Amino acid sequence: MSPVPRIILQRLALGVLTLLAVSILIFAAVNALPGDFAQAILGQSATPEAVEAIRNDLGLNEPALIRYLDWLFGILSGDFGTSYSQIKFVEFSGESAAQGGIANVYDQLVPKFKNTTYLAFVTACIAVPLALSLGILAALYRNSAYDRAVNIATLSSISSPEFFLAYILVLYLSVLGGFFDPVSNINAEMTGWERLTATMLPALTLTLVVTAHMMRMTRAAIINLLASPYIEMARLKGISPMRVIVHHALPNALAPIINVIALNLAYLITGVVVIEVVFVYPGIGLTFVDAVKNRDIPVVQACCLIFAAAYVLLNLTADILSIITNPRLRYPK
Amino acid sequence: MTFKMNRRGVLQAGAAAGLIAAAAKTSGADSNGPKRGGTLRLGIAGANTSDSWDGRTHTDTFMIMMAYGGVFDCLTEIAADGKLQGELAESWEASADARIWTFNLRRGVTFHNGKPFGADDVIASLNLHTAEGAKSAAKPIVAPITDMKKMNDYQVQFTLAAGNADFPYLLSDARLLIYPAGQEEEAIARGIGTGLYTVERFDPGVRFVGKRVDSHYKDGRAGWFDSIEAIAINDPAARMNALMTGQVDTVNRVDFKIEALLKANPNVRIIEVTGNQHYTMPMLTNVAPFDTLEVRQALKYAVNRQEMVDKILLGHGAVGNDHPIGPANQYYAADLPQNDYDPDKARSLLRKAGMDGLKVDLSAANAAFIGAIDAAQLYQASARAAGIEINVVQEPDDGYWSNVWMKKPWCTCYWSGRATEDWMFSTAYETGVPWNDTRWENARFQSLLLEARPELDTNRRREIYTEMQAIMSSEGGTVVPMYANYVDAISTRLMHGESIGNIYQMDGSRACERWWFA
Repeated sequence: MSPVPRIILQRLALGVLTLLAVSILIFAAVNALPGDFAQAILGQSATPEAVEAIRNDLGLNEPALIRYLDWLFGILSGDFGTSYSQIKFVEFSGESAAQGGIANVYDQLVPKFKNTTYLAFVTACIAVPLALSLGILAALYRNSAYDRAVNIATLSSISSPEFFLAYILVLYLSVLGGFFDPVSNINAEMTGWERLTATMLPALTLTLVVTAHMMRMTRAAIINLLASPYIEMARLKGISPMRVIVHHALPNALAPIINVIALNLAYLITGVVVIEVVFVYPGIGLTFVDAVKNRDIPVVQACCLIFAAAYVLLNLTADILSIITNPRLRYPK
Repeated sequence: MTFKMNRRGVLQAGAAAGLIAAAAKTSGADSNGPKRGGTLRLGIAGANTSDSWDGRTHTDTFMIMMAYGGVFDCLTEIAADGKLQGELAESWEASADARIWTFNLRRGVTFHNGKPFGADDVIASLNLHTAEGAKSAAKPIVAPITDMKKMNDYQVQFTLAAGNADFPYLLSDARLLIYPAGQEEEAIARGIGTGLYTVERFDPGVRFVGKRVDSHYKDGRAGWFDSIEAIAINDPAARMNALMTGQVDTVNRVDFKIEALLKANPNVRIIEVTGNQHYTMPMLTNVAPFDTLEVRQALKYAVNRQEMVDKILLGHGAVGNDHPIGPANQYYAADLPQNDYDPDKARSLLRKAGMDGLKVDLSAANAAFIGAIDAAQLYQASARAAGIEINVVQEPDDGYWSNVWMKKPWCTCYWSGRATEDWMFSTAYETGVPWNDTRWENARFQSLLLEARPELDTNRRREIYTEMQAIMSSEGGTVVPMYANYVDAISTRLMHGESIGNIYQMDGSRACERWWFA
């Protein structure tokens, strides 16, 4: 077996183990949350009898181990469980009734996940080329006024809280500028263009958040290489500085850059909670917040697992890509 | 129009409903009156992923506005000016003891799926609330109905366990939606009602799109928009931004902190009404020291109500008078002596009870109402002048209603109020009811409550309810420092009628029906 597929398989197996460990952590953490669905949904009307009735209906009174195993085997067979908040009809009426399909966690999360992925994709399309070019140029003109300006700008944007950046953009691009709508309520009937413009504000905010990291890494990795003998050789041959960087330094700097990009992409899936809330973007982050508020445990658990899987997969991709770009890693001694 | 009717004075309101319809029709034809057209875009707080078209579960604004105020109808309706009128019922009459009620239904009404509306639908829909295991908030309304008899296709007779003069009023509750009989499940899954708008799209907790039906019995007096698009915006800043930039035409629950900015915007208008929503601080009157009347009274004189209205509600409210009846109730006793801030009086009351000081815990969390902790601290400061030391205990929001409310001797709480006096009193202040959050028992109050319930004479009812408010105000176990206004904001392109409903937010949650574009 050639080394790359073997590494991929090994990593995948390790990824599954990681997810299993994560699933235990998620389940334990979610169960440690104070209050439960019955109390949350009943609010002021949570009499002990009503709480007990709903708990019984949902099987919340089973031992934790049994509930965990139920959940785990459910997922293994592709069943993420039933969302508590949407089976409310049955709970409140005492009848078993048609649930319209949205009670299933899987069906509920798929469209939201697509929306979040779309946002991540749009952001990546803006942020990755932007960060790479800014980083390369910063390496090229290092210590110049341009370099400092870019550093200050990106570092201050990453240091500001996300919601603050979001509100700044809303103020200038929406309230004062009138370019975009402040609420990104994308929906299935929108045309591609409407959807893109509606997604622009959250995407720009996320771009501001992730650019600094990637740009700084690009710059650092390239500058690090610029001191090596082969770059000196290239320079002595009289190649232009731009060509030295793009053709000679960049390929060797790719591994760390890809790693950072992958981490940031993972962040675009998992870290969008605040952004989605601020822009009312119907993605997985907003669903997650709602589910935590309602103590809709199956949805919370599924969201956590999706976040964990996104991290594991993107890290795996990063590792594999850096191995492929680096022959030394492809054939370990 | 010189038509004036006390909403319970005339029990045969059929004529009244007809008159209102006729009057509205003429004003609709007026060139300055309402006109059809446009899409109303709303940004509404109060949506959840758990939303559905099941009226039994409707407690938050989004679904009440879209179901009760758009897709579905009830039997009766509270008009914007607070009068009761028929919705799917045309007229009704009661037996002398207010125990047997006969409702005549509107003819020629169809559900969105084409099924004609009739008596069976009424009976089936009300039965949903008493189904085995059903946890409907409207169950207390339907449960006392011992018998529902279909007299003919357009007449239903209700027999109540005991007389209740408020019965037609109660049937206007936002949860008592009328579904097509035999198709309840489908109607709940897809949203099939008799309302002005049909469901085009519904994504729970995210968005609703509704389309005006072609013809409707409310034509000419309601339902001016061609379509409705409501998006759920729970985040206050995002909601206000959406209105300011014109992405939506109206929003509910104005964020008081940026009210000045909204007012500065020439395209936005704020509409504000005082309804029945009130904040309370219930004491368990069977626990010392709250079992002493003077202690309760001293605490009522130790709170600076106006300061709370000014600082907690930023002026968007009115001072309360320690009873739960609000300006949207019919028999609200506005001229009752007001319990005012009077530290000396509080001190002398305590001395009378043989105390020269008082130390009590007040449990507070913002789960009770936004600003509850601040309100408790204001209370603490104002009570100090009366020699009362209030220890503010900050409780977690999680599980507040299970672990603190009705458990801790004194805590913070809110009530959205009820449409009728009887309903409010019998929900939380009647002897022995499960939600009696003060455990207060008063023989006179109790006998008045039972006397008023079947009483059909308006004047007598006013006397009784005034006395009950007075008893609660001076002896009751709850401090009601303030009524919180409903504050919504609308684009200046939008018009509304002369009066704005104050039963719920957003013109009684009927903005989609009542408003129109200029």
